Parts: sequence; C-alpha cells; structure tokens
Amino acid sequence: MNNFRRVGRGRVNQNAPVEFTFDGATYQGYEGDTLASALLANGVHLVGRSFKYHRPRGILAAGSDEANALVAFDRGPGRVTPNVRATTLELFDGLTAQSQNNWPSLKFDVTSLNDVFSAFFPAGFYNKTFMWPKSFWDKVYEPVIRATAGLGPAPKAEDPDKYEACYAHCETLIVGAGPAGVAAALAAAKQAGRVILVDEQAEPGGSLLSTPEAMIDGLPAADWLARSLDELEKAENVTLMPRTTAIGYYHDNFLGLAERLTDHLKDGEADGPRERLYRVWAKKIILATGAIERPLVFAGNDRPGVMLASAAQTFLNRYGVAVGERIALVTSHDSGYQAAFDLADANSQIVSIIDCRPQVDENLQAEAEKRGIEVRVGWTVTATAGRHRVSSVTTNKVNGDQVDPKGETLSCDAVIMSGGWTPSVHLWSHSKGSLKWREDLAAYVPDQANENAVCVGACNGDFGLGVALETGANAGGGNDSFEVVEPAPWTGDGALEILPTHRDESRVKAFVDFQNDVTAKDIRLAVREGFKSIEHIKRYTTTGMATDQGKTSNLNGLQIASRALNRPVTQVGLTTFRPPYTPTTFGALAGNNGGAAFDVVRKTSIDGWAEENGAVFEPVALWRRARYFPQKGEDMHKAVARECKATRESLGIFDASTLGKIEVVGPDAAEFMNRMYTNPWTKLGVGRCRYGLMLGEDGYIMDDGVIGRLAEDRFHVTTTTGGAPRVLAHMEDYLQTEWPDLDVWLTSITEQWAVIALNGPNARKLIEPFVEGVDLSPDAFPHMAVRECKVCGVDARLFRVSFSGELGFEINVPAHYGRALWEMLYEAGKQYDITPYGTEVMHVLRAEKGFIIVGQDTDGTVTPYDAGMSWAIGKKKTDFVGMRSLARPDIVAEGRKQLVGLKTSDPKTVLEEGAQIVMTPDQPIPMDMVGHVTSSYWSETLGCSVALALVANGHALKGETIYVPMPDKMIKAEIVETIFYDKQGERLNVI
Amino acid sequence: MMMIECPICNEKRPELEFRYAGEAHIARPENPSALSDDEWAKYLFIRNNPRGTHFERWVHAHGCAKFFNAVRDTVSDKFVMTYKCGEQRPSPETIAERSS
Amino acid sequence: MIRYSARSLFANALSGHKNWPEQWPDAQPKSAYDVVIVGAGGHGLGAAYYLASKYGITNVAVIEKGWLGGGNTGRNTTIIRSNYLYDESARLYDHAVDLWDGLSQELNYNVMFSKRGVLMLAHNVHDVQSFQRHIHANRLNGVDNKWMTPEECKAFCPPLDISSAKRYPVMGGALQQRAGVARHDSVAWGYARAAAKLGVDIIQNCAVTGVRRGADGAVEGVETEKGFIGAKKIGVSAAGNSSIIMNMAGLDFPLESYPLQALVSEPVKPIFPCVVMSNSVHAYISQSDKGELVIGAGTDQYVSYSQRGALHIVEHTLAAICEIFPIFKRMRMLRSWGGVVDVTPDRSCILGRTPVPGLYVNCGWGTGGFKATPGAADLLAYTIAKDEPHPINAPFTLERFTTGRLIDEAAAAAVAH
Repeated sequence: MNNFRRVGRGRVNQNAPVEFTFDGATYQGYEGDTLASALLANGVHLVGRSFKYHRPRGILAAGSDEANALVAFDRGPGRVTPNVRATTLELFDGLTAQSQNNWPSLKFDVTSLNDVFSAFFPAGFYNKTFMWPKSFWDKVYEPVIRATAGLGPAPKAEDPDKYEACYAHCETLIVGAGPAGVAAALAAAKQAGRVILVDEQAEPGGSLLSTPEAMIDGLPAADWLARSLDELEKAENVTLMPRTTAIGYYHDNFLGLAERLTDHLKDGEADGPRERLYRVWAKKIILATGAIERPLVFAGNDRPGVMLASAAQTFLNRYGVAVGERIALVTSHDSGYQAAFDLADANSQIVSIIDCRPQVDENLQAEAEKRGIEVRVGWTVTATAGRHRVSSVTTNKVNGDQVDPKGETLSCDAVIMSGGWTPSVHLWSHSKGSLKWREDLAAYVPDQANENAVCVGACNGDFGLGVALETGANAGGGNDSFEVVEPAPWTGDGALEILPTHRDESRVKAFVDFQNDVTAKDIRLAVREGFKSIEHIKRYTTTGMATDQGKTSNLNGLQIASRALNRPVTQVGLTTFRPPYTPTTFGALAGNNGGAAFDVVRKTSIDGWAEENGAVFEPVALWRRARYFPQKGEDMHKAVARECKATRESLGIFDASTLGKIEVVGPDAAEFMNRMYTNPWTKLGVGRCRYGLMLGEDGYIMDDGVIGRLAEDRFHVTTTTGGAPRVLAHMEDYLQTEWPDLDVWLTSITEQWAVIALNGPNARKLIEPFVEGVDLSPDAFPHMAVRECKVCGVDARLFRVSFSGELGFEINVPAHYGRALWEMLYEAGKQYDITPYGTEVMHVLRAEKGFIIVGQDTDGTVTPYDAGMSWAIGKKKTDFVGMRSLARPDIVAEGRKQLVGLKTSDPKTVLEEGAQIVMTPDQPIPMDMVGHVTSSYWSETLGCSVALALVANGHALKGETIYVPMPDKMIKAEIVETIFYDKQGERLNVI
Repeated sequence: MMMIECPICNEKRPELEFRYAGEAHIARPENPSALSDDEWAKYLFIRNNPRGTHFERWVHAHGCAKFFNAVRDTVSDKFVMTYKCGEQRPSPETIAERSS
Repeated sequence: MIRYSARSLFANALSGHKNWPEQWPDAQPKSAYDVVIVGAGGHGLGAAYYLASKYGITNVAVIEKGWLGGGNTGRNTTIIRSNYLYDESARLYDHAVDLWDGLSQELNYNVMFSKRGVLMLAHNVHDVQSFQRHIHANRLNGVDNKWMTPEECKAFCPPLDISSAKRYPVMGGALQQRAGVARHDSVAWGYARAAAKLGVDIIQNCAVTGVRRGADGAVEGVETEKGFIGAKKIGVSAAGNSSIIMNMAGLDFPLESYPLQALVSEPVKPIFPCVVMSNSVHAYISQSDKGELVIGAGTDQYVSYSQRGALHIVEHTLAAICEIFPIFKRMRMLRSWGGVVDVTPDRSCILGRTPVPGLYVNCGWGTGGFKATPGAADLLAYTIAKDEPHPINAPFTLERFTTGRLIDEAAAAAVAH
C-alpha cells in the first residue's frame, strides 16, 4: 500500500520490505525508512494528539526537531519508550508503535473537547481558577488536570535493557556529519591527532542525503559523501559515530555523547547495551550542527498534512516518499521553492506557491513557471480545513497592510511551509559562547567563543553548500576549496513569521509551539498581562517547554513577543539553552552505576566467615558489618541477649577491622597529635594507649578512638568506622596548609590490618598460647598497653583495650591473615564457649559502660563538656583544633544539652532511640522538649533497660525525673550516671 | 566537569580527581586564645564569596593528595592559575595577565 | 484589578481575552520609598506583599537585577515540607506551611499547592534512628510526620523498589502528609500581582550597584542601574547574590554560593503520586501536574555563580533515581539547569537585622528556600516593620556564628559511625 512511494527515488532499500504495526494496523515500509516516512508512504498523516487541546496532529519535521509525531515505541514489557519522535524511529521488521495522549482512540479522542472549549484554557488559565472550594484542589481539580496532562504512557515495569557509560578520547571532536562536519573531518584526518565525528542520525551526511541535485567536485552529492565517508573509515585517527547525539557541552571542552545501539535492531538481534554515554574532552570542538527550518504561523498550521518544506524534501529525496499528491507551498523564504520543485519533478502536483513576501526572486519564479506552477506573490494563508488531514488551504491577497477578506480556497492534501532557518546554536550556548542577532536571517548566530570551539556551516549562519564545505575544511585545519553546483542558491527573509490575516487575531488559532498548543494569541495575551521578559512569556505560555524544547518554535515566539511588546528582539531576551540537546535516557546517564555497582560495598577479610555463619549484616558507612549471629529460631533480641551474656561471662569475638586506622609518624608526631586531639600526647609512654578525642575547629566532637604509641615517633591512631577518610583529610589539611613545618607523615592503614577483638574474662587465656614475645600478665601488659609482636607467627599489633568493660584485647594482623587467625582463635576458643558477636552487642556492651558512639550519642552539636568528657582535654594545653571555640559564650552558657544516663521507672521498658524528653508530663502541644534519647538497649546482664540521653542541663539534674511522651503512653525515667555496669572498672582486672 | 592543573603533579586532570577545600589564604591564627569572639568567628565562618576572582583551595585527593591553591573566576568557572600552598597570593597584575 | 475566578475567565473568553489587565505594572523607580526590598524572588515579593497587607507599609519597591522570579524561585524542585528536627526550624518551616495552605485564596492566584505528601526514605540503621528522632520531635511540636514501614512506603509510592537486596535498601520512611509541592513561578507572580495591587512598585532589570550609608552608619538607600533610590529600610533577599549586596553595605557574611542542579524528564501520564526524598543516595523526585518527573540533584563542590553544573552530578543523580525507581530507567531527561544557592556554615538561614541600622537580611537558605517562601517573606516583613525579629526568626541571627548557638540540622542528621 505504498501509494505515496516514488519508485526508484530515495535511499531506502525498495527491495527490502519490512512490516510494522501502528495503533494495531499493519503496514509495509522499507529498510532505511523511519516510522514517519513509512507512515507517510502509506498515506497516514494523523499520528498523534497535542498536549493541551488534544488536536489531531501529523508529522511536522523529518528529524529530531519533530514536535508533533510522538509515539510510544513498544518492544514489550518494560521496553515501552514514550514520546519517541516517529521521524527518528528507524524502521525494522516487526516494529510496533502506538499513538499517545488520546482516549479511546487516535481518531476519536474524547478529550479533544478541550479543543472545543479552548477559549477557556488560554495561557495561564490555571492560575486564575480552580481555587474554590479550597479543598477541591487536592481532591478534584489536580487529579483531573494530571490525568489529562502527560503525554506518553508511564512506565509499568523495570527496563530489562542494559546501559553503559565510558570515556572517549580525541583531539578534535566534530559534532554533525553534514557537509561542513564531513569536510572538517576530512581535513582533520590529515593532521596529527585523533578525530571523532558524531551525528545524531543513523546515516551520516545531513543535508547531503536530501539534495541529490547538488554536485561537489564533479560528483553527485551522495557519491561525494560516500567517497568521503570511505576515506574517513580508512583513516586510522578517525572514529565515525552515527546514532550519537552530543547532548551537552560542559566546562573545559567536556561533552556528553549519547549513542543509541539497539533501538534500530530487530527483536532478538541486540547483543549488548541499549545505549552508551561517552564523556569526552577534546582540545578542539568543531560544531557543524546545521540549522532547523522554521514553521510559519497561520490559522490551522497544525493540521495533519501541514509540514516543513525541508521535511517534505527530505521525505522525498531520502526516503522516496511524496508527502502528498496535491501540495501547496506556503513560504516566506526562497528555500521552500526547491522542495516544491523536487516534488513537482516527482509527479506531485503543486497546487500553488503562496509566497507571503511582496517580491520574489525572478529566477525562482521562472523555475516555477517552467514547471507550470502558479506563484502567488504577496499572498497569505488565513485558514486550512480537513479533519484528520488537511484538505484545503484558504489564501488571500495582501495589499499593503490590508488582507483581502475574500480568499480563495485551494484543494490540497498537503501543505508545506518555510519560514526561514534557525541555526542550531544549542551546544555553542551550553558552552557559554555568546550570540548575536542577525537581522537578515532573523536569527541568533554565534559570536564570541568561551571555549576552544568553532561553529561552521549553517549553525554559524553561513548557508550554502560551498561555504559549509570550505569553513568546515578550514576549521579542520585544511585549506581545501570545493567546486560546488547547487540547484537553487537561495536567500531568504525569515522575519515574516506570522502571516497576516483579516480575521480577529484574538480568535485565530495559529500555533507557535505545536506540542504544547501555544498560539500566537497566547503570547500576545502574556504580553498584555505584563509578562515582558521572554523567560516570563515562556513560563507563562509554556512555549518552548515541550519535548522539542522549542527547536521549531523559539524564534517565532520571540518575534511575536517582540512585535507585541513593540521592542526589538534583542531587547526581549533569549531563553537559555540547556542540556540535553534531545531527551536522553535516564539509563544511559545512570550508566553502569546501578545495582551492585551503585556504590562500593567494603568487606573485611573476615566477612566471608560471618556470612557462612549466618550473620545478619548492616551497612555502616560504605562497609557492611555483621550485626548479630542468630542461631536457629532466634530473633535479634534473643541473639543479642545470648551474645551479650556469653561475652560478659566468658568470651566473645568481634570483627573490628572496619575501624579506621591512620599511622602518624615522624619526629614531630607527638606535637602534631597534641594539636589535632584534645588530649595530651607528649608524655604518653611508648607501648601505651590513650583514648583520643578529636574536635572540629567549631569545637564540636568530630571523632574518637584509641591511639597507641608504638615508638617515640610513631602513633597508631584508630578512628570511627565511618570517620576514617574525614579524619585523614582533616589531619592532612592542617599538616599541609597550617603546619608544614612539622615533620610528620600520615598513612591510611585501615585496609592493611584486620582487627579481631576478644572480650570477656577468658580473653587472656585464649590468646596467651598464640602470642610470642609479650608477657601478657596484668602488670607487664596492663590495660591500655600496646605491643608489636607475633601472633600465630604473624606480625601483629596487640592492644589491650576494651570497649565492653571486660578484659579485652584487639589483635591487628595483616589483613590477609585476618580470617585464618579468626578461625584459629575460634577453634581454640571453643573450650571457653567463644561466641561471635556483631555490632548490636558491641553497642549494648559499650552503652552499659557509658561509652559514647560518635554520631549516635553526639550529633555534630555536642562539645566534650556536653558529653561529660572534660577529662579528655589536656589541662595544660594552650591550643588544639577546636579549643578556642569551646570558649564561645553559647558553648559555656547554661542550658546546653548534656549526656546523661536514663533509668526507666519500669526496668522492663526499653526507651525508643530518638524519643524526646520533657520535664513535666502534662503539657499541651507544642511541648517544651529538653532533650532526646540517644542510645537505648535491653541489658540482659543487668536485667533492666539502659539508655543514654542528651538533656538540657543534664549534668546538674542527676536523680531528677523526666518523661518520655510516646504516642500511646508517657514513660517515666530518672536521670542517672552514664555508667550502668561495673562502675569501678574491676572487670578489666580479671586475672 | 572542569579540568584542573595540579601544581605538584604538573598535570591537567579532571575535577573528579580533586576535592574542593574552601577559600584560600585564611590562615589559622597563631594564638587563637588571644582572639575575641568576633575575630574567631570571622576566622571560622566569614567567607569572601565573590562574583569573579576567587582564591580557593583544592586537594588532589585521587592523585598526589596535596593541597594547593587556585585562582578561579566564579562567574565563568575558569581557572586562571593554580599554585602551591605557601606561595604568595598572586597579584592583581599577575591575575590580569594570566586571564588574558 | 480584575478578580480571578472561573466567572472572569469565562467572561474574558467571550471577549477573546483582550481585556485582561497587566498582572503587575512594570514600574520605574521613584526617588525614595519607605522600604526597598532587594531581590524579586518569592521571598522578596512576598515580603513586600506582607509589608503592605499586614503592616500597612505600602510605599515599597522591590528591585530586581533580572526578571522577577528568575532566580532560585524559578529553578527549584518545589518541595514544601516542615518536618525539621529542631524546634527553631520546625516552627519556621511550619509557619510557612500554614501560610502555603491558604495562599492561593489569599492572593487570588492559584499557586497550586498540592499536599500530596513528602516521603523521606531511610536506607540504614542510622537513618532509621535519625528519622525516629525527627518523628518524635515533630509529634511533640505538632508537626505531622509519621513512620512508614517499607511495605507502607511501597503502597504510598508504587514505583518504589523495596527489595532488601539493594545496595541501599529501603528500611522505612518518614511521611509528612500535608507537605507537597507548588507551582514555583505562580508563587512569584501571585505575590507580585497582589503586592502591586496594594501599591508596591516592582522594578525589574535594575541591578543594585551600591548601598549608601549615612554618617551615623544607617542605610540611606541603594545605588542602582536606574539611579539612586532612597530608603531608610532595606531588606535584602537576594539568595546566591546576598554576599555581594552585603559587601556593598560593608558587611562580610558567613555565606558561600554553590551551583545546584535540577532536571525534568519528558512528560508522561501520572505515575508518581507523591514526593520522595532520599538523603542517603541523593535523590529527590516528584511528578509535576504536566507529567514531568522533577528531580533534584546535589550541589557541585565549588563556589560559583555560573548557574551551570557538571554532567557527573546529573549522572550520579539519575543513577540514584534508577536505583530506587528502576522502572524509570527508560524515561528521558528533557532539560537540566543550575541555580546558585547560598549556604551558611550551619546550613540554616540568616533572617533578621544586621549590624547596619536599617539593613535587614534574609539569606542562607541553601537548598531549602522555596518551601519557606511565605514564612520567610512574612517574617522578613515583620522584622522590617517592627525593627525587631519575630519570635520565630529570632534564633536565626547573624550573631549565632559568633556566640556558637548554631542550628545545624545537617549535623543532627549526622553521619554513619
């Protein structure tokens, strides 16, 4: 049924038919078609419905500037892509697509009632109504508006396709493989340096693909193109990337390229990712992005069958499809003529050329006459007719300022239009290159570059094949000249964007932004209502905000606004071009960064053992840590109670490898430590440890950890699990920029050492046989001692420290020995019922002892005083990071929240962490909150709950009763000391 | 993404290798305890935040791990120059010369 | 001025919409005003409106270097919520939400405040603890916010993936039901129209070039591109450019301005009923009435006024979105853009008097300014009118950076341990 196909014409393979389905009907097209060209070949013009009024819409353009013909491209569950331009969707056998934004069907769309009542929906209508009754906005108006808005179908299932992101490297990046881009690439290929040439279309060539009459260096354009592409293919330094859109131009010549790899393939043929994002830096960027033809604005210009003249020319010459049999050309620019001539030469009837200009080049008129085409110079179009496809166009003579009200109605099945050309300066503008207005083109063109970039050809406002080739070659570093024959070199006047009419302009629907249904009268309304900046007009009318981002509409809108405001265009402003150039798949931008690759999971060398032994894990910063080890039938509560008990009574084993570790080394190490930590370090003996407290310069607790002195000039610093990178960066900052005179160096050793913590009365007994060269007796190796030694024959750093209150040791061994040592200790520990425990028990045990967790019991607003840790501040120190801030008035004022313990009246009640605290129970909302519970656990050991809390003036309120208001009850508790268990610390001294 | 010249590595590398570290040339006072609350607050918090030439610190976090200083225009985002910590703040003349 | 209603819309439709008046006149500056507001965003226009409507000060000009509503008001992702932790913040933002609730009717301009609910996701034990703390505090402050299990989160937001095998599984969420979104431009326009109706002059394309102070140090007016404009009281509400204006008055401020990007997808039929925020993976998303997914990205790391950001920030944001909402992988980004946000050291605003008599400031809103619009505007107006802060904004002084009484919500959300 290819009635509109012109046999032997175009570049599609007319020997390779393919079947496709649109809205359930099956059609035939050819290999090389787009969905749009194939539909047109079948005489189908009605393709979609507009956004607001649901007006029938056809195909406007032939490329990515399409505003109307958006379809849902359906490849099965999870593979439905909404809002795909039919003009860029490459045809393959079995392709299925549906029209969008209509109900129940494309031809009969109930929501097109919006069009009937469109007078009530002018620009900004929603600001003026839907306000009464107030409750109706959420319940009625908004749901209805939302349901009728939106375009394509929303996704329903997860996309099974894969996406990739990577880098590409070149010295010269050329965007656009039209004549200018190809010429640039040919020249650049001869220079040193890699060249990448990208083009958004399936086939490189740009305008060369639709101007078969043009000759370059004695060859037809298509042959010259084939020869050139062959040369580029063979050049080792050139990469040609079709189906690749340069989506954005960022700082320092960095561009994002989106390559489409599988959408054009038959189902099942795809192997690999669907799309790939390339990130490219290039020394030099050559933009050869061409120009986009502008529609004319007249009543009924949106009817299916009304399209850009250049699109009709492309459909004919590239795809072998005539867009109609009886066609009217409406134009204000010479370039439209060639489309009409080509169509006439391909046996379509040109019913008339309606040229709105008062004068037209004689040669053009002669060419028309030669073909028997009537040319109406100084005529306008005031209406079109036809329900689902244009059936006639009404044209009127213009006399000076007057439009003759008596029009002639010409029967036709297509109207092609040309309002001049808009250089595609999108990428140039992303790069912050400046623009200048060219009155002769009625367009903005590139002016001053901000990056090492150059625009060549039509995107620079240089129209014509010869100049495109030559400027392209120059930009590529060559000085080639080309012998060019062009069928109809043209000039044009793009200033006449809106056609004059005798009708009441406030009633005429002459569309500017097709997709968003913005008419010229909407723009005039916006101006009337005081919206004078183009950004306001855009936002008020939504012109240029549709999925084509105003590619065909922006300059028409701008000029209509300029006229309505009676100000030159340059004083109306220009909306900012923003990436991406065309809509870009989230998947491609997300790239490989999904699933397991979304963020690294850091695992200790003992993690595998924990997994094999049924640990439940929790994420802590980037690490995953064993939270508890449930035995059969145990929930977390039971497992934690068991692990706590076993540790307190005999022996627990804990993987502490995630602790951050930094080695601070050098002659000035102790001085450096003095400055970075609140504590004094000078007198700490070699082989001894001290709890270290680190503040930010703002005086708040930043991190903590046990620090061992291995030698006069060597400290083994531990940090919190999440804090290690921050602490190292903080130390480096001061060392490098404030105290470069200190002879110290810092090394992150977190991943070098696996750390196994053994806690419980039997800890010493367990490890003694494995430790070489250290007398572990209490006197020789007291609490807070550290030695370098061998454990199980492996170099080790052995700490006697305790975060549980029990006799405790932490054995550091090279990370790759971690699991082996763990297993040996575990095996040997069975005689003491050794019990592995996780972070949950670690938290309970330390809470029973009142040890803080930075980030849980402190929150970035807690000072050492607040935390009751004045003892950690070196009394004789005159300075350390954060010290001065501790003297600020509000830090020493009354009423600060201070860390205390809480004992609930009912010992069985476990407070909720995060619960708020009040002093009196019977308060109305809002209550006067004095603090909150920071840590709270059931203590199996003590048979009651234990909690830590920050409470205003808490340190002075020991013994006072506080209340914790819960949604269903009021919990009473007493403020107590933070230490609940073994206040004298005797458990550390178990022999 | 900006390209940043590390003055230690003498290489122009992508911004992803670097971490921004705030305004430059704000030296920690020799004796903080001698400062008034106002003076201390100024050191801690007051920042120039100019439209235009900005002196700032970067760390080549995924490179040499060294801090260095930079002059950058906050309107165009263009780097005028980078230089090592401890070096003098470049003069307006130097900046003008490098900018052109 | 015509009152907007379905009836007036109908009547104007019959006359071809030719009789709609200007929503606000494009004013030229007089030589002096009682109050000059610098910055015609939602905050500044709103302050002018409240000065006129609540405090009877109508001799007011709002001056703007570009076009009104063209800064962060028109560049943000329009999220409105008040479930903040600290009493000070909760009161501030809840005051704003109260005003949002009747704003369309008050201004006779539909700002489309949609209480569709804001759901904040917890992805680790620490998030859960932090959210519980928020929920408890909000409850006792009378701010709605409730805990949601992963299953309840899924029921509330069907596109959410709550499988436990994720890198950052959804461990629950905090829902503020009366939070939501509004139409950002309409807020600026609505305030502009309502303020203009009460006599406020809105002067666009008029950059401030200096702040003139008298011998006593008090302000006398502003130098602008359109000449000197006298005023005994000046309110600065200039977002990312606040430092610049304060410098003109001889004040150094604890502010840094960073690029913040946002993006929208192509429009599709309704799929996303609420607002979801995930601070742990940096994803902020809702669907506009038009059908676009509106997505907020993170800030770039450096100070900048360029109103553009880097691609890798967008890549990271969309990776996060696809991670939490895998069904959106095939959606397409239509447009991305950048704003300039001014950030204080504790990431809370500065709203009140300054050391310069007659100079008032409203700045430092960081990424959270839009939601505060009516509240900040009202409080700025109060502070200017009474020359003293309202109890709600009294804690948000500049002096807190000297005394140490910071209001650090982000620090309270804290960090993993």
